Amino acid sequence: MANTAPSTSIALPDDPNVRGDIVLEDPIEGREALVRGDRDFHYITEAVCKGNEAPLLKTPSSFVFGLLLAFAGFLLFGGYVGWLFWEGPGIWGNNNPVSWAWDIVNFVFWVGIGHAGTLISAILYLFRQKWRMGVNRYAEAMTIFAVICAASCVVLHTGRIWLDYFLFPIPNQMQLWPNFRSPLEWDVFAVNTYFTVSLLFWFTGLVPDFATLRDRATVKWRQLFYGALALGWRGSARHWVTYEKAYQILAAFSAPLVLSVHSVVSFDFAVSQLPGWHTTIFPPYFVAGAIFGGFAMVQNLIIPARAWLGLKDIITIRHIENMNKIILLTGSLVGYAYGMEFFVAAYSGNEYEGFTFINRSFGPYWWAYWIMISCNVLSPQVFWFKKLRTNVYVAWVVAALVNTGMWFERFVICVTSLHRDALPSSWEYFVPRTEVLFLAGTFGLFLFLFLLFIRFFPVIAISEVKTILPQANPHWEGYGHAKGGH
Amino acid sequence: MAQIFRRWTNTLPQVGTAAVLGGGALATFVVWYWFAPAHTDVGYAPVQPVPYSHKLHAGEMQIDCRYCHHNVEKSAHAGVPSTQVCMNCHRHVRKDSTLLKPLRDSWDNGTSVGWKRIHKVPDYAYFNHSAHVQLGVGKDRAAIGCVTCHGRVDEMAVVEQQEPLSMGWCLDCHDAPAANLRPADKTTDMLWRADDEWRLKAIEIAKTLNPPGNRSQAFKWREDGTLETRATASCNGCHR
Repeated sequence: MANTAPSTSIALPDDPNVRGDIVLEDPIEGREALVRGDRDFHYITEAVCKGNEAPLLKTPSSFVFGLLLAFAGFLLFGGYVGWLFWEGPGIWGNNNPVSWAWDIVNFVFWVGIGHAGTLISAILYLFRQKWRMGVNRYAEAMTIFAVICAASCVVLHTGRIWLDYFLFPIPNQMQLWPNFRSPLEWDVFAVNTYFTVSLLFWFTGLVPDFATLRDRATVKWRQLFYGALALGWRGSARHWVTYEKAYQILAAFSAPLVLSVHSVVSFDFAVSQLPGWHTTIFPPYFVAGAIFGGFAMVQNLIIPARAWLGLKDIITIRHIENMNKIILLTGSLVGYAYGMEFFVAAYSGNEYEGFTFINRSFGPYWWAYWIMISCNVLSPQVFWFKKLRTNVYVAWVVAALVNTGMWFERFVICVTSLHRDALPSSWEYFVPRTEVLFLAGTFGLFLFLFLLFIRFFPVIAISEVKTILPQANPHWEGYGHAKGGH
Repeated sequence: MAQIFRRWTNTLPQVGTAAVLGGGALATFVVWYWFAPAHTDVGYAPVQPVPYSHKLHAGEMQIDCRYCHHNVEKSAHAGVPSTQVCMNCHRHVRKDSTLLKPLRDSWDNGTSVGWKRIHKVPDYAYFNHSAHVQLGVGKDRAAIGCVTCHGRVDEMAVVEQQEPLSMGWCLDCHDAPAANLRPADKTTDMLWRADDEWRLKAIEIAKTLNPPGNRSQAFKWREDGTLETRATASCNGCHR
């Protein structure tokens, strides 16, 4: 450790075309360092903790305003749930034949979003993708909150919400037992497993950082709060060995969930015999869509957050670019699946399949289909150009379009497949009634939880990011030495 | 640095895990056992406006159940007898008894006696008495006896609920009805016992029964093309 001088603040522009001149390269791996600037370990701790350690009363008013706005959305959600309890699903536009509409659309939308978090935290971890360390904490938090939103959608869509315990194998005097042959029952277990494992994974990663906050605490409540969450972490070598093992095991648990959870969600549709749903490509198609939508949500959250929290040196434009590449890949996969659905319908020679897909793109819901195509397939194509995929504004707008498109994808799958059923006399054009409040409410819940997370939890994995600093490498001899200096 | 938490807090994770798992199991058991009709409803014996004794009327006097509950073979409801049915006898028998005053008031005023109902299934469960006291066709005619669900009413001075009438209790019989079948002419016989010949016959009769609803595997095609039905209802048999 030749050079452990405190960081000098270098003004770093976000423009990637000049960054190469300023950013110090990783002298060991020969690549540009993941953390920009001449940063030391202490900088990471300070940069991440300062948001959490601001006194409560000195929370910036812009943040308080955002939190209040999200809280209003959360209250809207609570009020809507109360209304739904009281009135039942009659407040929705659902009816025969469109018996699944926004309730299921919102569920699939939210549960899909979670997948990017698990991919970043588990699969990229197992593949030793070090850039994940800057963004994994955000992404995992997003997973947890998105699954909470998804679970509330699916729990609330049953109508008689107080009977939801029927979903679980609990001994009861009615001798009711779940039907384990039903994909809806598989879904109950898939989502529960997903939530449990994601929560454990997130929490395990947080423990050393909670301990950092505990040790730095200057007021009693923070010491107690973070002390309780840190579970007595002292940072001994033995703790670290146990921690690394636990983290790897949980990563191994989580990795298959990235593929399995949304596959099971797709079975809700694919196992039925409805044209438009009964398709073998659904599992991979849904998983690609989930990762696609999830990364878009990460971008939507992280681009404003990194600017607002002053973490641009830790979540660099390179992170944004990497995620945009994944969005381009998965978006193109989803586009391939859209095309393949048409091919399968045509190749099968089944006139009902054929009708469903012609009707999907040129029938009464043509507008939803083409919103989906333009947002999901066309808009990410701009990321073929480096200049565009390294522009945060373009990245944010495309991510927002992708989120819109992915919501419409689920709408197209649910509603347009159902609204023309086998009896033309029951054909119906579904129109939502109050559902938009439901969707807005879940966004309120999501953002409220997310802003609380930003305020009280370390938003960057402090201990992990420190391991990717050049200084963490035992062979490091200070900037400029390894390669003979600049 | 002073420790933030005392030493005993080290046990909290273990205690908490045990509390959550144990508490969950305990709550499940509590609800399963104490909230079930077998616990909450069995033994229900309300005080009636007139202390009518089934032991006296059905037991000692051997009045047939259907004399009073005369709709049982025709209707979904067995029916509580009207004042007029009681007064068939009580215009002549014990006509001055003080215990029968509510009955005479009802007769004079044209108002009903406020009998309290004891056996009750919820509104969302469809139950039809006539379908249970006479079932099957032709030589496969059979019945469920009164005593099977209501107990030895002929020995009860005050009638009380003896069976839970819970969904699981219904399903137990619907899954395997043979043991509770009896000849149709023994419906009200409190003392009838099956002999070996009947037991074998009841098994054959049970196979012919056509249960309400259409849960999968409630019907099975035999190899000879006839349909085997099992007396297991689907949801919509009872929850219509």
